[in-house]
Amino acid sequence: MSAKTKIENPVISLDGVSKWYGDFQALKDINLEINLKEKIVICGPSGSGKSTLIRCLNRLEAHQEGQIHVSGVELHETMKDVDIVRRDIGMVFQNFNLFPHLTVLENCMAGPNWVRGIDKKEAEKRAVAMLEQVKIPEQADKYPDQLSGGQQQRVAIARSLCMEPKVMLFDEPTSALDPEMVSEVLDTMVELATSGMTMICVTHEMGFARQVADRIIFMADGEIVEQNTPDEFFNNPKSDRTKTFLDQILI
Amino acid sequence: MFVDTVIEDKSLHKPAFLLGLSIAVLAFFFAFNLTDTIFGEFLSPVIGNPKESGFFGRLVVSFVLSIIFVLNLLLISFARLKIQILIVWIELFFLFLAFAYSFDLELAYIFIGEPSKLWLMISKGLFTTIYISAVSIAIATAIAIVGAIAKLSNNGFAYAIASFYTSLFRGLPLLLQIYLIYMGLPQLGFMIDAIPSGIAALSLCYGAYMTEIFRAGIQSIPKGQWEASRALGFKFGLILRKIILPQSIPIIVPPTGNQFIAMLKDSSLVSVLGIWELMFMAKKIGAKDFNNLEMLLTAAMIYWALTIILEMIQARIERKYQQKA
Repeated sequence: MSAKTKIENPVISLDGVSKWYGDFQALKDINLEINLKEKIVICGPSGSGKSTLIRCLNRLEAHQEGQIHVSGVELHETMKDVDIVRRDIGMVFQNFNLFPHLTVLENCMAGPNWVRGIDKKEAEKRAVAMLEQVKIPEQADKYPDQLSGGQQQRVAIARSLCMEPKVMLFDEPTSALDPEMVSEVLDTMVELATSGMTMICVTHEMGFARQVADRIIFMADGEIVEQNTPDEFFNNPKSDRTKTFLDQILI
Repeated sequence: MFVDTVIEDKSLHKPAFLLGLSIAVLAFFFAFNLTDTIFGEFLSPVIGNPKESGFFGRLVVSFVLSIIFVLNLLLISFARLKIQILIVWIELFFLFLAFAYSFDLELAYIFIGEPSKLWLMISKGLFTTIYISAVSIAIATAIAIVGAIAKLSNNGFAYAIASFYTSLFRGLPLLLQIYLIYMGLPQLGFMIDAIPSGIAALSLCYGAYMTEIFRAGIQSIPKGQWEASRALGFKFGLILRKIILPQSIPIIVPPTGNQFIAMLKDSSLVSVLGIWELMFMAKKIGAKDFNNLEMLLTAAMIYWALTIILEMIQARIERKYQQKA
């Protein structure tokens, strides 16, 4: 990632972003720029504000101070076309949040068909292609609750990809999974990273972070404590909080 | 429902419990003097003239009754669950018939006349009752969807109007609402017939209850469904129509079915407006010949049969949604 694109082409930029829940400050003056095709892993102890941060990026949460720009569009409370920004940002949730009354295929077709206005045939073609990409085309006609957790999460990834997003947000995508299913989801994410998707992942999977991240951001108490390349982050952590965290998580 | 896999001893099969139960039942029957009822008559070979049998007669009658009662329970307890349920249903039904029989009715009354009174009740009364209820439930459902969305919205006007509406129409007795609409609206210059005002009152009242049912149904859908939809760029109306409502229907159907059954029976209240529905006809026809109870009982049976049919339909719909979910 050259320094030039970093300045000229941030797909997402945060400028002095703060957020409060009542009196509790969840985000404290966050400054961050994320470039196209960059892979970011955000980690930190629970309650550090990492989920809140990525939920602000598609305005599922509102920030109170500072500015967030996505593809040059500022997110603010009176914006009418927030849906247009959201269409370009895929999001994968901890609890999958698939639509249980729709089949896997319908889950994947819903976005393109309903909001992008793509006709059913085309949407179905795209859905099948994405299900092939996450390696579960044979489950297309099942309902989500007939699938294992790992399969559900892969469907959720496919559902997001069907919208052809510019950025993918992952909010602890493997935290609700049984241990033996974590790797199938991580493999899918690694593949997605290799394909050049811009990805922002909140996760505790440090192996994944080491493998794909361009940058690891460590948060604590609503602040970005440290950000660095994986090598530097793991081998040469600067702050004591990072060291403590790594000691706890890397056993 | 959860059924434990551990089988407990039936208390009915413990001698001590049986004895205690028999004594309790005996005491219960003894507390009422049943000697001058049909039971005393039946036992007259043993106790002699029921009226003069005194303490002895009273004891014998309650003793025999308690033995029959406990023996009946004991025998039923050996049957399979389904058979048990069937037998108890039949027994209770016959008890109810015996109760009605004790009114000393002239049952032939409902079958005489040309056309017969029963046929009049069904062809005109039942038809009107179903017609009023069906139209009202359709309107109430429409009101409930709008009301529920309004109550969940951030719009102050919508919320205020919807909550005022539910508060008012859940707070007033239905009978009063019927009077207010029928007699109040003409004061404003709207001349309104009896049937439309009956339908309006039922729709508004049940719309208020159903608003709360729909609101709860919509609210019971996990927040994650909204978030996932929002993250995909869906707009509010689309989310409600395609994601939230389809999922809340299985939650909404059972209480809505109950409302429908309740409304069917509450439609009898519009008889005060002189609408020729079941209740009104039962009163009108019966009063003419002083056979009130015969006609009321007929109406009761028709209402009961109707609700049983509705309950079966409701169970079917519930089963269908359970399979799908």
